[in-house]
Amino acid sequence: MPQFMLILHETPGDFAKLSPTEIQAIIERYGAWTMKVAAAGKLVGGHKLMENGGKVVAKAGDQLKLVDGPYSEAKEVVGGYFILRADDYDDVHQWIEGHPHLDFGRIEVREVDFMGQPES
Amino acid sequence: MNMTRERPEVRALVEDLFRHHAAAMLAVLTRQFGLENIELAEEVVQDAMLQALRLWPFQGVPANPRGWLIQVARNKALDLTRRNTALQRRRKELERSSTAAEARYAQGPDTDDFGDERLAMIFACAHPALVPEARVALTLKAACGFSVTEIARAFLASEPTIAQRLVRAKKLIRERGVGLSLPDAKELPERLESVLQVIYLLFNEGHSASAGDALVRHELCGEAIWLAELLARRPETSRPKVFALLALMELQAARLPARLDESGDLVLLADQDRSKWDGRLIDRGLRHLDQSSAGDELTSYHLQAGIAAVHAVAVDHASTDWDRLLGLYDLLLAVEPSAIVALNRAVVVAMRDGAQAGLEALDAVASAGSLREYYLLPATRADLLRQLDRDEEAAACYETALALAANGPERRFLQARLHRCRRDRAAVLSSPFSSRD
Repeated sequence: MPQFMLILHETPGDFAKLSPTEIQAIIERYGAWTMKVAAAGKLVGGHKLMENGGKVVAKAGDQLKLVDGPYSEAKEVVGGYFILRADDYDDVHQWIEGHPHLDFGRIEVREVDFMGQPES
Repeated sequence: MNMTRERPEVRALVEDLFRHHAAAMLAVLTRQFGLENIELAEEVVQDAMLQALRLWPFQGVPANPRGWLIQVARNKALDLTRRNTALQRRRKELERSSTAAEARYAQGPDTDDFGDERLAMIFACAHPALVPEARVALTLKAACGFSVTEIARAFLASEPTIAQRLVRAKKLIRERGVGLSLPDAKELPERLESVLQVIYLLFNEGHSASAGDALVRHELCGEAIWLAELLARRPETSRPKVFALLALMELQAARLPARLDESGDLVLLADQDRSKWDGRLIDRGLRHLDQSSAGDELTSYHLQAGIAAVHAVAVDHASTDWDRLLGLYDLLLAVEPSAIVALNRAVVVAMRDGAQAGLEALDAVASAGSLREYYLLPATRADLLRQLDRDEEAAACYETALALAANGPERRFLQARLHRCRRDRAAVLSSPFSSRD
């Protein structure tokens, strides 16, 4: 079955003033979504990305150039990602519809390209 | 690509875990930073919770969420002591105590959350140097984990008002050098009294039906009960009157589900659907009332809990034990000679001896004059006058009550009563066979 990467973009600082109760409620909503996709056998995995210490690598002439970033102070950063098993984009759309992250940021969806080979 | 084994664990969180644990962490860190640095401790706690918010959606909830949170908070606190010179001397203490605290948490998620620190925080928040409204706000913030926004919503106040109140309270605590330790044995009874007053104020704020957010108000009642439970569990504070207050609040909270009807209108005790009362809370209230009789002290809380218990065990309004109730009100009036108690007593007199006797008792209260601004006085008078078929006088009293009532449900209730009163009166006047008037 095809796999899709859900890239969760967020704006750091949006959460700063949340109360403990609100924080718990949001965590519970994320948990409920994860439980739902996991129970349906759709969830392949997911991770949070480190907020600090990111690098952007680029080639400048013959040199490899390492630049710090993106910073967590940036307007929008990638907070983390999930990988889902789904039939197609429509199927992914169904599963994403109730995702709590959409209240706080956007989710970029990309299909993993297995180049026609079955998933190992 | 196979990440199945790294699938996030999904665990449910205990209700109010973050709020109560935030308060526990704040108490622990404030003990180490010093009460004068409570704001730094607040920042650290908030940071730790935000860390959980960013991580747990991906990694799942850790097996011991509270242990995880305290560990993260501890690391952030150590970071802060490295950066903040004012806190550097606190660092050694923080490092030393962290291992002990973490060992406590490693035992499992159900171990008591820092009972000593938390208790000390409750006492500090209710410090007599603060004005009562500041005590309540600070208790909600520092002992219960409410945000400024949530406190403002609960008190129908603006956020800047509450924020100001908290800033002033913290400033006063700094200036007065209030410490975060339990009062000594000599001081304890008086300080405990102040804590109980704060809890009772908190409960009443939630209990009084108001135009405010019903959900938040129920939360206040729950929070007051939770605080009293903490005190009841601790040997230093598990006094009979703590159990009495706990019983009182549980027995009154048990009736909350029946107090408003579907449209949010007030339902009087007499008309409440008693099957909606919370039987579990009533049982707990009665048990705690039992425990409150251990000493020889008879406080206002004991008597009020006794009154609430008489109502709680009555099958219906008519079969209420009015004799016993009147006896309790007489005792309460002796302990706490207040006009409001006298007003409630007059209602019981009316139930036992008839509306005329009740009216006489009520007039005695009214002539004292202290309840001139209290809507329940004319409202009660109107009810009794109605029973005596004195509808014209009753209507006038309902109008007076309406002019004094503050909130939505109370006003709607009075309007409905006034409407019925006028309708009945009109019917009587238009009837050719009327023998009245």
